[in-house]
Amino acid sequence: MKILVCISHVPDTTSKINFTESDSKFDTNGVQFVINPNDEFGLTRAMWFKEKQGASVDVVNVGGPETEPTLRKALAIGADAAIRVNAPATDGYAVAKQLAKVVNDGSYDLVIAGRESIDYNGAMVPGMLAGMIGANFIANCIGLEVEGTTITAVREIDGGKETVSSALPLVIGGQKGLVEESDLRIPNMRGIMMARKKPLTVVDAVEAHAGTKAVSFEKPAPKGAVKLVDADNIDELVSLLHNEAKVI
Amino acid sequence: MSILVYTESENGKLKKTALEVVSYAKAVADQMGGSVTAVVINAEEAESLGNYGASKVLLVKDDSLKSFDAKKYAATIAEAAKNEDAKVIIVSSSADSKYLAPLLAVGLEAGYVSNVVAAPSSTSPFTVKHTAFTNKAFSNSEITTDVKLVGLSNNSFGIVEVSGSAIVEDFSPAIPDSGVSVVSVDKATDKVSIADAEVVVSGGRGLKGPENWGMIEELAEVLGAATACSKPVSDLGWRPHSEHVGQTGKPVASNLYIAIGISGAIQHLAGINSSKVKVVINTDPEAPFFKAADYGVVGDAFEVVPKLIEKLKAFKAANA
Ligand SMILES: Cc1cc2nc3c(=O)[nH]c(=O)nc-3n(C[C@H](O)[C@H](O)[C@H](O)COP(=O)(O)OP(=O)(O)OC[C@H]3O[C@@H](n4cnc5c(N)ncnc54)[C@H](O)[C@@H]3O)c2cc1C
Ligand SMILES: Nc1ncnc2c1ncn2[C@@H]1O[C@H](COP(=O)(O)O)[C@@H](O)[C@H]1O
Repeated sequence: MKILVCISHVPDTTSKINFTESDSKFDTNGVQFVINPNDEFGLTRAMWFKEKQGASVDVVNVGGPETEPTLRKALAIGADAAIRVNAPATDGYAVAKQLAKVVNDGSYDLVIAGRESIDYNGAMVPGMLAGMIGANFIANCIGLEVEGTTITAVREIDGGKETVSSALPLVIGGQKGLVEESDLRIPNMRGIMMARKKPLTVVDAVEAHAGTKAVSFEKPAPKGAVKLVDADNIDELVSLLHNEAKVI
Repeated sequence: MSILVYTESENGKLKKTALEVVSYAKAVADQMGGSVTAVVINAEEAESLGNYGASKVLLVKDDSLKSFDAKKYAATIAEAAKNEDAKVIIVSSSADSKYLAPLLAVGLEAGYVSNVVAAPSSTSPFTVKHTAFTNKAFSNSEITTDVKLVGLSNNSFGIVEVSGSAIVEDFSPAIPDSGVSVVSVDKATDKVSIADAEVVVSGGRGLKGPENWGMIEELAEVLGAATACSKPVSDLGWRPHSEHVGQTGKPVASNLYIAIGISGAIQHLAGINSSKVKVVINTDPEAPFFKAADYGVVGDAFEVVPKLIEKLKAFKAANA
């Protein structure tokens, strides 16, 4: 089985978000970038398929040279090879188009992407990719087993979960549950050394039009100070929630 | 021109998000000139959508669409959009709608923006505001394609009643094979889901252990709320993963969010920030949650929560 794990390169979850150039660009100054957490769960599950079922695992990112350290980290965690499509990640549609080419060229059976990236939060790339290449698609995937070409997966739904069956070729949007938090791997020295020798191929972008364009950003309006209610006066809290906030 | 909406239902009943997307579509139709057509799959009382601004309903009654299937539903909506020559298509941000929307976008070659929180600021170019960076910011994005797909954030636009009526037409689309079939569903039918909840009661590591969740569930029951938790609580196995909210868990956009024994780490706050009113109960006045909350109680959850339950019960009895 050939697995491709899509890696989105995102600001660390603790990052403060700021903008420059009259609020038209994300300010990357001082921001640490990491593997998108949802993709890290997917990559870790892919390592299980590699170790237990002999799968090969490549990782891919659509982005500029600045994303290479993130791809190297994925190699250090254990991926066999990395691909960077040299194109700006303008929007989900354009990214999916680039990924579709990579999947077709590499004849991948299983594509593991994340539920959503924590920067754009579009939750669109995996579904679009599946639509473009005509593969089956499972979103919000929290469990994945492969037997030959048969898939059994668990999908989170509003208020619960469901078990589904499907077949390769398949694209998933994965999240926590694919593996547990405690299964995540921190690259060790050996992994990091080996990652340096693994191939990281840069491929040219294909022509792909974006469907959307971010024109400006804004931050939420600053919040007023919290109203403190005395622990011995919970009546007041109930009254505030009813009369002032009007939420009960 | 028609604005097409996909209105969700469950067990034959239209969901609250259905009324919200129709209200939103009506606002877009008023801005652009045009009318609202709703696609309804296997639900009753479809004509009621006229009260929120739909002038036409395409009603699909098909047993093969009984349970949700992203590919089949996307094909249904795509065919309706083509028949109606719709240029703007609107869906909600439920897990199901987010599942089908990317497939729909490919089918219609439509630019898609999800998590939209307001009516378009301009319709030419078509510009919408949506959350980005997990609620740490907003982005204004243009949709540049001929056909446009908007995913409306739940609980952001509100439900607007209008006087109007909708004609209902039967619609029988061609349904493709799916490739993904449901084997079994494990869903608590007696509980409010986090996505649908107006009120969410959430517990953190400050509650010390799973045995102490009785009062959280009781508080949720009094409020008709969903229960949620912080990430370590689900990692420790105190609560199921499906209750984990935050940047890497479920997003919350309720009217009221009550955080009990939760410190308010940036990853937690990011996921719940679009809730309208936030209440924190925490022993530590320095906990970061107090900076994000509207109302706060500095106190021990084990004393405050039972009191709150008691006062809310009294309030409910008095206002019944
Ligand atoms: C990549 C990444 C992603 C993450 N994603 C998420 C996410 O999606 N969601 C999330 O929640 N976290 C997330 N986290 C974890 C986050 O950083 C925090 O560790 C977590 O939110 C803390 O959970 P907590 O508030 O329950 O626990 P703690 O930080 O331990 O806080 C417990 C709080 O309870 C209070 N307390 C103690 N006793 C009582 C009492 N008797 N009564 C009242 N209050 C009491 C304490 O004062 C304290 O403030 C993520 C972290 C990382 C690195
Ligand atoms: N630029 C990118 N390169 C590679 N994969 C991506 C990229 N952007 C998004 N993805 C994948 O698509 C998933 C969902 O991203 P999004 O649609 O942006 O929310 C991510 O978790 C990644 O797996």
